[in-house]
Amino acid sequence: MRLKLSGLVVAAFVLAACSSTGDDAGSSGSSGSSDSSGQSASSGSSGQVAAAPVGPKPGSQMDLEVNVGDRVFFALDKSSLSAESRTAIERWAAWLKTYQGNKVIVEGHADERGTREYTLALGERRADSARDYLVSLGINPNRVKIVSFGKERPAVPGSNENAWAQNRRAVLVIDGN
Amino acid sequence: MTRVVNSFRLVFLIAALMVTVLFATNARAELTVDITQGNVEPLPIAVPDFLPSDDAARRFSIDIAQVVADDLERSGLFRPIDKRAFYAKPQGLGVKPRFANWKPLNAQALVVGEVGIEPNGALRASFRLWDVFAENQMTGLSLTTTQANWRRVAHIIADTIYERITGEVGYFDTRIVYIAESGPADKRIKRLSIMDQDGANHRFLTDGSNLVLTPRFSPTQQEITYLAYFNDQPRVYLFNIDTGEQELLGDFPGMTFAPRFSPDGDSVILSFAQDGNSDIHVMDLRTRRVRRLTDHPAIDTAPSYAPDSRKIVFESDRGGSQQLYVMNTDGSSQRRISFGNGRYGTPVWSPRGDLIAFTKIFRGKFHIGVMRPDGSGERLLTRGFLVEGPTWAPNGRVLMFFRQDKSDARGRGGIPRLFSIDLTGFNERELGTPVGGSDPAWSPGPLSQ
Repeated sequence: MRLKLSGLVVAAFVLAACSSTGDDAGSSGSSGSSDSSGQSASSGSSGQVAAAPVGPKPGSQMDLEVNVGDRVFFALDKSSLSAESRTAIERWAAWLKTYQGNKVIVEGHADERGTREYTLALGERRADSARDYLVSLGINPNRVKIVSFGKERPAVPGSNENAWAQNRRAVLVIDGN
Repeated sequence: MTRVVNSFRLVFLIAALMVTVLFATNARAELTVDITQGNVEPLPIAVPDFLPSDDAARRFSIDIAQVVADDLERSGLFRPIDKRAFYAKPQGLGVKPRFANWKPLNAQALVVGEVGIEPNGALRASFRLWDVFAENQMTGLSLTTTQANWRRVAHIIADTIYERITGEVGYFDTRIVYIAESGPADKRIKRLSIMDQDGANHRFLTDGSNLVLTPRFSPTQQEITYLAYFNDQPRVYLFNIDTGEQELLGDFPGMTFAPRFSPDGDSVILSFAQDGNSDIHVMDLRTRRVRRLTDHPAIDTAPSYAPDSRKIVFESDRGGSQQLYVMNTDGSSQRRISFGNGRYGTPVWSPRGDLIAFTKIFRGKFHIGVMRPDGSGERLLTRGFLVEGPTWAPNGRVLMFFRQDKSDARGRGGIPRLFSIDLTGFNERELGTPVGGSDPAWSPGPLSQ
């Protein structure tokens, strides 16, 4: 049996493999990085020399984290503030009134048990909830930005209740820009 | 600080692909696979090495046959027969095969191919698909292209075989864009990445210095829309695959996210979050005009167009928990379609229009499922600690998604991986990637269209 090679001819354009060059994007600037601790040495008034306590520089990110508390937590799938969270945000407000030069960002986060887009929206809602309360306490809204990281930046690794509880959070960071 | 535009330069070679249909009989073939049934017995098929017509083609003769066999095998519908069991090589493309050599192997179908290098250096591959027991030719094709394109030639051959035997459009000559993930959970590096549907020709498109999420192909395929955190500001961007240029989409005073192209590629639909509230907007890419489609204090996000552009499916927690809703393209007639137990998210309309795929969270487990656009006929295809983000193969018969296991207290074990699964819930397969992978998006069709 003889077979003919015949038939219609179709021309098509295709993209071939491509090469990439010049990958030189700058590195990401991480906002809210903490200052190194200021060395605030104090010595006793008596003749004895006390060990100098090392404390964070007042008004710094470290000061916020150590002396004020930089984060509040949320219940599963919720963005409402607990009484505890309100107390914490009241401390944020007092601190912001002390350090009038500081601008801040409230970061909103979710735990890993939600879908990508929803956790982005939920993180946004949590950050906004914390900002709203700050503003209601007299903080100028122009000093407070918000950003959601969804489930992308867990504070505590692990797939367990403790980690999830600590990852459903809003965190106050000094705006470095 | 970060530059918004990465200076990636992607050089694309344009090559003409000549396709010739080989003499095909009009005989109605009995050999078919009904892929709507699920868990079908894979069809035994023999794919011997292609016959090299010259020495220069020798290296392609084995590789092309292997890619064809691998594509067919991964579909779960075919079982390529071990080459070591073959009694004899095919005699040649122009010779009717000795079917007596293939019947004892129970080979239902036989692929006979030839490959050669043209005087101008072009690669020519030809094949015929034979029904072994009916002793009929089912189809045949001859393709000419650059040698660098040899994998695409193999995928097109596999698509042709798949289409001839299943009656469905093939999906092997397609690509996947996804997010490559590496590093610990709290400092995860995420890179926009692209590869062929079988994992070959993998490339990282961004360098990982910025968080990137949810890439989606344009129907025209030269662009991806995705979410990037330049300067820690989450915004939707367009990424041009040819040039590597990235462009901020719109001038929104807050987070934009969850983008997808309209079926004609002329618009991008997305969510815009302001003051803690996310609503769905659509931007016309030519006029850059933005129209708001939902206006509700609840979270409205993850919109996806029906292929006929008449409706949009999205998720909202306006009823108290995350559920699926459908609306007209102008935002009218918003109504809930998911009423099962649990939360529903990430809806994606099938390119065939008949189904919507989704992620469901129920009793602490994640599921990938499908339902009809009216919410009826819900079927869950797979589940796990976390399975998320389904995307449709262009033929609407296969889904890809990502799966992530629990991580321990040190953050180990939580690297996501890509999987594909048939619409029937069978044939779940991992797609290997250089590092972890999430947020896959299947290209809408072959590159050449």
